[in-house]
Amino acid sequence: MLPELSRQEILRYSRHLLIPEVGLDGQRKLKASSVLVIGTGGLGSPVALYLAAAGIGRIGLVDYDVVDFSNLQRQVIHGTSGIGELKVESARRRMLDLNPDIQVDVYNEPFTSANAMQIAESYDLIIDGTDNFPTRYLTNDLCVLSGKPNVYGSIYRFDGQVSVFDARRGPCYRCLFPEPPPPGLVPSCAEGGVLGVLPGTIGTLQATEAIKVLLGIGEPLIGRLLLYNALDMSFEFVKLRKNPNCKVCGPNPEVTQLIDYEAFCGVPGHDHDSGSVGGGWDITAAELAERLRRGNHVKLLDVREPHELQISRIEGATLIPLGQLASRLSELDSAEEMVVFCKAGTRSARALELLLSAGFRKVKNLQGGINAWAMEVDPSQPIY
Amino acid sequence: MPTLRIPAPLRSYTNGQSEVTVNGQTVEQAMQDLLKKHPALQPHLYNSNGGLRPFVNLFLGENNIKDLQGLETPLKEDDRLLLIPSIAGGSEA
Repeated sequence: MLPELSRQEILRYSRHLLIPEVGLDGQRKLKASSVLVIGTGGLGSPVALYLAAAGIGRIGLVDYDVVDFSNLQRQVIHGTSGIGELKVESARRRMLDLNPDIQVDVYNEPFTSANAMQIAESYDLIIDGTDNFPTRYLTNDLCVLSGKPNVYGSIYRFDGQVSVFDARRGPCYRCLFPEPPPPGLVPSCAEGGVLGVLPGTIGTLQATEAIKVLLGIGEPLIGRLLLYNALDMSFEFVKLRKNPNCKVCGPNPEVTQLIDYEAFCGVPGHDHDSGSVGGGWDITAAELAERLRRGNHVKLLDVREPHELQISRIEGATLIPLGQLASRLSELDSAEEMVVFCKAGTRSARALELLLSAGFRKVKNLQGGINAWAMEVDPSQPIY
Repeated sequence: MPTLRIPAPLRSYTNGQSEVTVNGQTVEQAMQDLLKKHPALQPHLYNSNGGLRPFVNLFLGENNIKDLQGLETPLKEDDRLLLIPSIAGGSEA
């Protein structure tokens, strides 16, 4: 039995009730539906707002972060007044303001193999709005194993991908990407940046697909991957087929329960990059400042991109972007003391690994990057 | 000549180029030509024993080359190859 709509709900959803593909029964279906949104950031913001507005009866939000100033360029569900607040609470407040007739359940915790099944159990559909590979594989496997549709979206700079993975009717995420890239090969948005509107576009498409799947209307992106590029303003589609050797949705699956996804991906899924490499290869901003003050000769190697020099710089540093480092090693002298830095320490940690494998030994990674330098040593430089 | 679309995360290895024209009668030859033009791409596309990395997908038009003839898939003059990588981005949580 589908729930009835109140007089007020009939007025609220009147533009839906006018569409024959939705109508009164469709709106009642949405009211009876439940959706779990993993991540309340760039993708989760528009997804949660539009699903709330559309009258999805119960929406779950999983996130364990707090709202940060640098989120607001794209995470439009949060506001300046919510800085420092739990993202799930900030999002719930905005959603219930938009639509008090829905229920919003929040899970202020990392989404892991230990809690994922239990959290997801009571939801009809899962939306993948995460930013890391461990959680993406976890979300995929969870959906395959529990027979739920997974509305996938992913973004980088100006590029976005959208698909609906429903292993009962088509391929899953692992059919396309059987294994994650090795750690460090694919830059994150925190390092590479992202156009603020891009998650709006991609998240809105995810919300559209979710509503279509819940209503059983139209042609959802099952077996198709949408590739969007904002610079070219291009939408391209490719066909996805079920991989007969897929380790989770194939006929002879190896993965029959949730695994350790951080180990599988070789990266932590739930910690921000610490910006350090460990093993004695790090140097703090204060230590570096002290060395320079004592007049020690230290070569400073900046592995950021040229346009980042306009934001902040350390005087006297040599710029070799990480992508060019392997082919420009001959410009460096391994006999020289060297400190490598980037924005926050992630790219420089990778540069350090490259230098160590090339035989450099007198190298250190500036822990926390130029942002730590700006915070601890040179307050004239902005943090970004 | 066929063209190959380079995804954003790999463009720092192709001097920012988003499309590269590649010479070759097959996907394999086109990929070899791509690596000749942009050798820095090698470790991102191939593993140490010379196979395409499992998170790298090559599409000819709308079809995965795995569903065609793999690296032996023949190419025509005006064919367009798409390189589709894993991207992780979403929320920063």
